[in-house]
Amino acid sequence: MLIDITKMKEGQTGIVRDFIGGHNFLERVQNMGIRKGKTIKKISSHFWHGPQTVEVDNICIAIGYGMAKKIIVEVPDR
Amino acid sequence: MSEKKILLMGNPNVGKSAIFSRLTGAKIIISNYPGTTVEYTQGRIAVDGEGSIVIDVPGTYSLKPTSRAEEVAVELLKEGDVIINVVNATNLERNLFLTLQLLEWGLPMVVALNMWDETKHQGIYIDVEKLEKRLGVPVVTTCGLSGEGIKKLIERLHDAKVLQRKKLSDTEKWEMIGDIVKEAQTLKHHHHTIFQRIEEWTIRPASGLVIAGIILYSVFWLIRFVAEHLIDYVFGPMFEKLWLPILLKISALLSGTGFLHHLLIGELVDGRIDFGISFGVLSTGLYLYIVMVLPYLFSFYLALGILEDFGYLPRLAVLADNFLHHIGLHGYAIIPFMLGLGCNVPGALALRLLEGRREKFIAATLLAITVPCMAQIAMIIGLLGKRGGQYLGIVFGVLFLLFIIKGIILNKLLKGTSPEILVEIPPYRIPQLAAIFKKLGLRLYWFLKEAFPYVLLGIVLVNILYALKIIDFFSKIFMPVVTNVWGLPKEAVSALIIGFLRKDVAVGMLGPLGLTTKQLIIACTILAVYFPCVATFTVLTRELGIKDMLKATLIMLTVAFLVGAILNIIL
Repeated sequence: MLIDITKMKEGQTGIVRDFIGGHNFLERVQNMGIRKGKTIKKISSHFWHGPQTVEVDNICIAIGYGMAKKIIVEVPDR
Repeated sequence: MSEKKILLMGNPNVGKSAIFSRLTGAKIIISNYPGTTVEYTQGRIAVDGEGSIVIDVPGTYSLKPTSRAEEVAVELLKEGDVIINVVNATNLERNLFLTLQLLEWGLPMVVALNMWDETKHQGIYIDVEKLEKRLGVPVVTTCGLSGEGIKKLIERLHDAKVLQRKKLSDTEKWEMIGDIVKEAQTLKHHHHTIFQRIEEWTIRPASGLVIAGIILYSVFWLIRFVAEHLIDYVFGPMFEKLWLPILLKISALLSGTGFLHHLLIGELVDGRIDFGISFGVLSTGLYLYIVMVLPYLFSFYLALGILEDFGYLPRLAVLADNFLHHIGLHGYAIIPFMLGLGCNVPGALALRLLEGRREKFIAATLLAITVPCMAQIAMIIGLLGKRGGQYLGIVFGVLFLLFIIKGIILNKLLKGTSPEILVEIPPYRIPQLAAIFKKLGLRLYWFLKEAFPYVLLGIVLVNILYALKIIDFFSKIFMPVVTNVWGLPKEAVSALIIGFLRKDVAVGMLGPLGLTTKQLIIACTILAVYFPCVATFTVLTRELGIKDMLKATLIMLTVAFLVGAILNIIL
């Protein structure tokens, strides 16, 4: 099942599959280590469309809500 | 130009500054958050008996900059001769992207595999020889904090070489990194440490906010507790017992009158020297600076240092992100504000961490208007706090309210939207006591060096301006606003003039005026908002440009005018 990061549950793990955004966005996110094929774990999600925190390769990264919406991950079907 | 320039480059928060400090012995600020270094620092070392310049370059993720701090990094690269690429060993894969970019740049390079000590705890094993072979340049394992591997790093600077290799596209680079990592790195499973558990609690919204509340409350309590005790039991008595007798002798020597006496000792109150009122360079000047301000700076920087080294600031940024979005900023803007509470100058420099012009403008005006520096806060507490804690509440409450209102208005008025937060949150590290005190010493030294001349100059200037009746002249011009709109005596104009130079001295000048509590509240608030001190103003002008700075100035003056008027009506 493909969903964006904001839809992931806390503690859930998925695999990054796609990015919906321009070149700049892609570059910045990739520089932080979030790339296609990477395993990503959701740590927390803040109220009122606040930042999402995820873990990739043992690094914790905070991503704004809008950006997190543009990162598509594959999670196991329930 | 003959000296070789060695550049320390790498991702943010990989320990470049720690290695720099080890290499050169230079004292610089090191913390546990990305973006500590926003401006470059340089020092010297000897390699093979030849002097070289080492430059601590701000961290960057790639050679395509996204913020001013990263732009600085790329500009510096154009002038370098040798690169030491500092790589975080616990996060090899991501760090290697910059490494490959740097290799293509065509300068001789050495890789420092830093934070080597942490790899063991995290179950990461890296085959250094294999890595060196694949990269084609020397790789040295280091630990910047303890100094391990630094000697070897210097030795291997000889072997630094340029690699001739065809340029790869970004995708090809990532593929290559994938290969290298697969070959050179093995991961073992490791259990979550207690730190990692705390990490998760502090970053979840509900528990995070509660913890933030507790931490911030404790920090404010600690700052005040330490400072008050230093004032009451150390610096205060020291001044009364040791310094006062000397001053009395000087005063007697000058026979208690004359211009020099006025300048050095100030006015005698009932034949005595009053540190709060006399206003001589040696009396009030030193007292203000050492007894009233220094203890607060000491305790503030102590607390800030602990938070920084622990790695709490980026977490606070995440928690504050939501709130700051309403005023057109993202969470990381909390860093310039926190630093600005110590002194607005480093706060203004840290604006470089923000990406866009719009954000920078909003943050800069908020910093200048609503974030008083610790020296000023200390003076306000010293002066107004005596009349009652609730009055302090009014001043700081008004500043906080202004922060919100002004932010919301600017966010609505300015075109465009502000970028979102995207930041790496470093793991917690137990702060090292030695490192914390070293940093504290560095910051206090910086304050003493930078502020001392201004404080003394401020007090000399007050006396001269009074003697030459220049203050009277300005008082007449500004009297309508100061007395009619703000309800202050015309003498308060002198404080506003000196406030351009030093805000703490300006607040101190309110002491001898015999103001009512209401007037004191209004004067303290206006002094905080109307204009930054000259040092901050200079940095802000450089960072924002003259045009934006003029706009910002207009906003500051308008806000000061309105706030003073409103307080005068409602209080």
